[in-house]
Amino acid sequence: MAYSEKVMDHYENPRNVGTLDKDAANVGTGMVGAPACGDVMRLQIQVSDDGIIENAVFKTYGCGSAIASSSLVTEWMKGKTLEEAKKIKNLDIAEELALPPVKVHCSVLAEDAISAAVEDYLKKRAG
Amino acid sequence: MSNLKLPIYFDYSATTPVDERVAEAMIKCMTFDGNFGNPASRSHAFGWNSEEAVEEARGHVAALINADPREIVWTSGATESNNLAIKGVAHFYKKNGKHIITSKTEHKAVLDTCRQLEREGYDVTYLDPEPNGLIDLKKLADAMRDDTILVSIMHVNNEIGVIQDIAAIGEMCRERKIIFHVDAAQSAGKVDIDLEKMKVDLMSFSAHKIYGPKGIGALYVRRKPRIRLEAQMHGGGHERGMRSGTLATHQIVGMGEAFRIAKQEMHAENDRIMKLRNRLWNGFKDMEEVYLNGDFEHRVAGNLNVSFNFVEGESLIMALKDIAVSSGSACTSSSLEPSYVLRALGRSDELAHSSLRFTIGRYTKEEEIDYTINLVKQAVSKLRDLSPLWDMFKEGVDLNSVEWAAH
Repeated sequence: MAYSEKVMDHYENPRNVGTLDKDAANVGTGMVGAPACGDVMRLQIQVSDDGIIENAVFKTYGCGSAIASSSLVTEWMKGKTLEEAKKIKNLDIAEELALPPVKVHCSVLAEDAISAAVEDYLKKRAG
Repeated sequence: MSNLKLPIYFDYSATTPVDERVAEAMIKCMTFDGNFGNPASRSHAFGWNSEEAVEEARGHVAALINADPREIVWTSGATESNNLAIKGVAHFYKKNGKHIITSKTEHKAVLDTCRQLEREGYDVTYLDPEPNGLIDLKKLADAMRDDTILVSIMHVNNEIGVIQDIAAIGEMCRERKIIFHVDAAQSAGKVDIDLEKMKVDLMSFSAHKIYGPKGIGALYVRRKPRIRLEAQMHGGGHERGMRSGTLATHQIVGMGEAFRIAKQEMHAENDRIMKLRNRLWNGFKDMEEVYLNGDFEHRVAGNLNVSFNFVEGESLIMALKDIAVSSGSACTSSSLEPSYVLRALGRSDELAHSSLRFTIGRYTKEEEIDYTINLVKQAVSKLRDLSPLWDMFKEGVDLNSVEWAAH
């Protein structure tokens, strides 16, 4: 399968690979996917008191498109509010990375990861 | 490293390049100045010469497997041979019973043919292999019934390279008067085959797995005791009525030459390839969380199938673009399907998704092996740094205890 230049770039130079303290009050963690399905994404955000995403990091087990999708969303999320981050849609990701139809599920997973991370953070705040 | 040519080919089980000597022989059977005649033309020298070339090739194929040339039927490849053998027997002998036994790790050309027969009302038992990929003969015996007409078991598995005990299965089948078909696409020219001794009734062959051309294969059909088949391709009655269609002289001559070379060189070649394969495995086996798929001892020389746990196969292949390998992970749809062969061995989905198949052959060099060991180590380490599963493993989390949201 031929990958787009952008997928190759994110795959070869993934942005914001890392781990944040999942127990910290200002960190939200979203882990989506399943090993059995061949992809697992873990997306973590660190949120400031005024609700801005200061930092976003990821680790992904999956194909090149899955790695690129998660790398891309960490770039996009930084500096956004939670509301703005939740507006990132899988189609935007798929379009930016020129994902072929068989790889669109990777962008869906990245969107799910954003929601899961935001929700985890909000739950912590509420609790 | 200076004289390394990239990318390096490690996919000899998918196909092989045509040997120079084979290509030379084939070219002589194509143009006006060459041996272009229709081997079925009985009225002139063009036909006679082609027929002679075809029969010489038939002799070479028969010689490699110690069979009578009259037991060789030309086909378009192992897929057609498998179809002809299984459907041909099932249809011809249906009055004797409608039960067929095969295994879950067969090639799709066997499995899908069996599925078709199920749709036609046949009953098929798909045996589970042991975790090492081999068939437990006791389980095979238990599956045999009075109405079993056919057992189809491959000689060498295309993914994991394990060698089944064809001789023993042949004895079991003959004792019970069950016809025995073997898909030998991956074993001819790599493992000794003696059909005088082995009680195999039908055997499928392919040319392009052993340095012959694509598009040609053969089916061995035993004469004593005589095995009958219902033809699947009807027409001019070629190949004693079992497979009609004008014989492709150049393809057949290519297959013959490939089999002739294999008979001459396979033992020396196997020794050389085995050394390279072991060198590759020795380069990997001390890495963390690396698993060999399939039995190591009962295995063809050129195959190494390895799972690098917590790394997904397709992304690994992306990192290995300088080498041509295949992956047990087919991440091409929303329902990602790992290798059915590895799943049948009881490998977890993660390990199946993390597998790579390296197949080594005639043109593999030692320096290519060493280059590959380094490349794979770097890639695995890079991807594990990216992998949340590796993190969890290092933290001591049991991945099976996690409730994953399957998608």
